Amino acid sequence: MNRYRMHLMVCGGTGCRSSHSVQIVEALNQELKRAGMDQEVQVVTTGCFGFCEKGPIVKVYPDNVFYIEVKPTDAAELVAEHVVKGRTVQRLVYKDPAGGQRIAASTDMPFYGQQIRIALRNCGLIDPESIDEYISVDGYQALGKALSSMTQQQVVDALKKSGLRGRGGAGFPTGLKWQAALKTRSDKKYVVCNADEGDPGAFMDRSVLEGDPHSVVEAMAIAGYAIGADEGVVYVRAEYPLAVKRLKIAIAQAEEYGLLGAGILGTAFSFRIRLSLGAGAFVCGEETALLNSVEGGRGEPRMKPPFPAEKGLFGKPTVINNVETFANVCPILLNGPEWFASIGTEKSKGTKVFALSGKINNVGLAEVPMGITLREIIENIGGGVRNGRAFKAVQTGGPSGGCIPKSMLDLPIDYESLAAAGAMMGSGGMIVMDDTDCMVNIAKYYLDFTVDESCGKCTPCRVGNKRLFEILQRITDGKGTMKDLEDLETLGGTIRDCSLCQLGQTAPNPVLSTLKHFRDEYLAHVVEKRCPSGVCQNLIHYRVVAEKCIGCTVCARNCPVSCIAGERKSPHVIDEDKCIKCGVCFTKCPVDAIVKE
Amino acid sequence: MAKLKSLEELAKLREDMRTRTEMRVTGTNPDRVVLSVGMATCGIAAGARDTMKALAEELAAHGIENVSVVATGCLGYCYAEPVVEVRFPDKGPILYGDVDAKRAKEIVDQHLVKGILLDHAIIGKGAGRR
Repeated sequence: MNRYRMHLMVCGGTGCRSSHSVQIVEALNQELKRAGMDQEVQVVTTGCFGFCEKGPIVKVYPDNVFYIEVKPTDAAELVAEHVVKGRTVQRLVYKDPAGGQRIAASTDMPFYGQQIRIALRNCGLIDPESIDEYISVDGYQALGKALSSMTQQQVVDALKKSGLRGRGGAGFPTGLKWQAALKTRSDKKYVVCNADEGDPGAFMDRSVLEGDPHSVVEAMAIAGYAIGADEGVVYVRAEYPLAVKRLKIAIAQAEEYGLLGAGILGTAFSFRIRLSLGAGAFVCGEETALLNSVEGGRGEPRMKPPFPAEKGLFGKPTVINNVETFANVCPILLNGPEWFASIGTEKSKGTKVFALSGKINNVGLAEVPMGITLREIIENIGGGVRNGRAFKAVQTGGPSGGCIPKSMLDLPIDYESLAAAGAMMGSGGMIVMDDTDCMVNIAKYYLDFTVDESCGKCTPCRVGNKRLFEILQRITDGKGTMKDLEDLETLGGTIRDCSLCQLGQTAPNPVLSTLKHFRDEYLAHVVEKRCPSGVCQNLIHYRVVAEKCIGCTVCARNCPVSCIAGERKSPHVIDEDKCIKCGVCFTKCPVDAIVKE
Repeated sequence: MAKLKSLEELAKLREDMRTRTEMRVTGTNPDRVVLSVGMATCGIAAGARDTMKALAEELAAHGIENVSVVATGCLGYCYAEPVVEVRFPDKGPILYGDVDAKRAKEIVDQHLVKGILLDHAIIGKGAGRR
């Protein structure tokens, strides 16, 4: 085997691929060949590094230099300077926005400084399409250990002792799930991986599947051994083509190596995995609706109990865990449950991957220990609010979660603290909002999503959420009353209490949490008929400040409905009856003479 | 690829594959030792490639992990090329001159393994950075 002196790691995650990382790989290979160094230097396509904001990423080993925003045209310079002459290309190195100095090593960057990567341990480190590279970093050792030296109960005990809880959102202890499935006697059992990641703004499961698919395959096999199952199903969204492709490759390689199939590693244990592609219904992320969907039925939730561990897929005992949960299993077995339990808080152990997005400087994926504060995530790792604007709220947990205000930024994050704040861990989406976001409008946005995605089985969810949405629509139209605010609370409570599954039970959260933490904004809409953030179109007006207007006619010429009149070099006037509030005049005015109020 | 039939076969495969990724694991370790080889035009002309190769081979022969062999630019000691800088995380850097393949092996055997500096080959010492 060729021993390379240098590895060029190019991110092959969906984010970086969409900004031409595939072409970067081709260009680097060409340049290396031209320099006669293709036998000395290896180009590796990896999974997501997490720093999506500054992608595409190219990381150089052994120098540990982290290049950002690389273009295919930079390949020649990277090879000529860094590879051939050993000089770091400074212009492609991360620049600290605070001090302005260049930071070449990822380990010195604030984005990575506070992270502990367990679930994402191999993302960016190995080629996800190579089982050999996975094995070289202790891949399949945990499965080997379980099969050779642990009983089924010992594997379950290790999971219980580690304190690992479901990373899909609800936080149910994984060990207890496995224990229940192990205890239930049956001729057939299943292991299901929930890869139906549906929260807007969440992409950690996709990144694990794209960057380290074997970690999920191996953990599913371990779960199969622990509970006595011989078949696994990954339910993955068809909208994740790259994740599906790499999973298929991983499963095929594991079969080829005899790490899946009959008599694994010379033992009596057999396990196979197949994929089931989801069509994109949000409710199918709910475990029982997912099981119905795998069986070929409608994606509607079932009554619980019986829980899937007793009666799951095709009526058989089933362990169903989320992608990120599975990604934590192998390190727990290899490093010991005590090691895992030493990270995190009293009730929430280990780490959580958060997908940072919205009005934040460093959009991307960050894996942090439980118990870290929201402020540390947003200000240190996330680099603060974009464009220097004021922080207003952070939305966690997607459509099931809530908005957490500035006053609670020092909240240490775990399952309990987020629930107490009216939000939830959810799958780990974290959307940052600034002072230009209207919280009533945000609540309306999430309700719109839930109304679309409700499966319609339970009336409170199907009809109640529609009514909630209509009330919010009224309020943002300036037609809301104080009675509407009361109704939001009462109706929200009813939907929460009377729906079968988590989708309905948590759907009012965005409304209830904003009503609790941002009541003043609701009052401004209802009482003063005003949108403080200037977002709700029916509540804003554009006006020309006569003293500032220079009569340049730019606004009048750009107005799509021709509702601005005025002579050249004299102040213009907007006809409010005709104005459609598109805001074009406001953005086009060269002297800021148009105000939004 | 034949199917793996035992845990031992899996362990052996891991050892065989380890060289594919150990450079990356070492690269992010803050406690690693860094050997920088001057690979500017003058360095390459003086044989720095052979030096680098010799360092890598000798490290592999000793089974030493946690050492990164890095190419760097011109250090300004053109009269003494090829040059190699040895940097332990908690100590100041030591710069060796005229490092051919033989001396490269000596650096690994003496300095890295036994902690004995090659006094006759040192052309510069720096202050500790951390």
